[in-house]
Amino acid sequence: MEDEVVLLDLWASPFAIRVKIALEEKGIKYECKQEDLFNKSHLLLEMNPIHKKIPVLIHNGKPISESLIIVQYIDQVWNHKSPLLPSDPYQRSQALFWADYIDKKIYGIGRRIWMGKEDQEEAKEELIQTFKTIERELGDKLYFGGESIGYVDVALVPFTSWFYTYETCANCGIEAACPKLIAWAKRCKENESVSKALTDPLEIYGYLLQLKKRLELQ
Amino acid sequence: MAESDVKVLGSWPSPFVLRARIALHLKSVNYEYIEENLLESKSELLLKSNPVYKKVPVLIHGDKPICESLIIVQYIDEVWSSAPSILPSDAYERANSRFWAAYVDDKWFPALRGVLVAESEDAKKATIAQVEEGLVLLEEEFRKLSKGKAFFDGDNIGYLDITIGCFLVWIEVIEKFSEIKLLNETKTPCLLEWADSFSSHAAVKDVLPEADKLAEFSVKLRAKFLKARATSK
Repeated sequence: MEDEVVLLDLWASPFAIRVKIALEEKGIKYECKQEDLFNKSHLLLEMNPIHKKIPVLIHNGKPISESLIIVQYIDQVWNHKSPLLPSDPYQRSQALFWADYIDKKIYGIGRRIWMGKEDQEEAKEELIQTFKTIERELGDKLYFGGESIGYVDVALVPFTSWFYTYETCANCGIEAACPKLIAWAKRCKENESVSKALTDPLEIYGYLLQLKKRLELQ
Repeated sequence: MAESDVKVLGSWPSPFVLRARIALHLKSVNYEYIEENLLESKSELLLKSNPVYKKVPVLIHGDKPICESLIIVQYIDEVWSSAPSILPSDAYERANSRFWAAYVDDKWFPALRGVLVAESEDAKKATIAQVEEGLVLLEEEFRKLSKGKAFFDGDNIGYLDITIGCFLVWIEVIEKFSEIKLLNETKTPCLLEWADSFSSHAAVKDVLPEADKLAEFSVKLRAKFLKARATSK
């Protein structure tokens, strides 16, 4: 029986992109359904009643929510190629730790930057510190996953499309502060699974300006 | 493995530290427990082993530190892989357990903590309502997963039992101060029974803090928190 894989998606979402990269890495065919955050579908509300958020992966009718949980699920179910998490328990714990750190920091701090309120300067400092910490963890490795992209790379790379926004909104100086991270981002894009899934930085900027207007009207 | 090979940096009031200790007990792993005082300055060992967050729990296995309670629990489950297993082996069930653990940590626990540090009666009522709402969702999930057995995981304690059960004494303390039964016969009859089973389990009962001691501590913690909030304004 062929697997039925559906992704409830929002093109701009870095969280959904994580899932897309994982699906591409594993060579999984899937159907993508676009959601509108301001007009959520019945399917989304049924499949993720607790959070009502994307991404949601629906595998043979069963929903899995939360992007990193979805990526772990994909890695476990389709374990025939491109392992994303290390097999060694300690290495795995470190990968889980850093992806969780990325989750705790980047989106929230980034949001304070593109919303452009009084805490923007403070957020800019925090963002650079966060990237520096992450860059230290990368060290001299090609990828966080070692020789090929892994779980942490998948967790972080979607946010690289947002660097243009962070620079334009607050002049963050990410490239000057974290050159190794910028080099890593370029290297990631040489992987087809990443380049296919990543959004265009200019389109993201346009999207966030629109989103900011809508949020301010609410 | 020698006891000194496994260390836990912890703090007796912390529910997150309990998760690590319960997991080690379930696996019958001997370890050295090192107490950190949450109300005083942090030890060198803690700052060195968890430079990113500087928080407990930290599991130190050999010379390798592992941080973040749920990551520690998973690590313990994988390294000491003999029965009983803590996480389900089925991918979908695993994802579901992780989903609910994330819900507890990201949504429910902040509300619980919110009750403790609420400054006005309105704020307190609002956070209590959020906690109760969450418990109703967890009650529903318990019924689905336990299938009439004692624990979320069935006959044995598993990942969700540990993730949620670690908060039981804190719930007791908050019930005492707010004079509300958060776990009750009407809304959460299954969880009420589960709370008893969990608290009396062999791997759990010796590490749970005493409710009176925790209540005393919570007063100090609240004072410290409110002072910090006032000075940062």
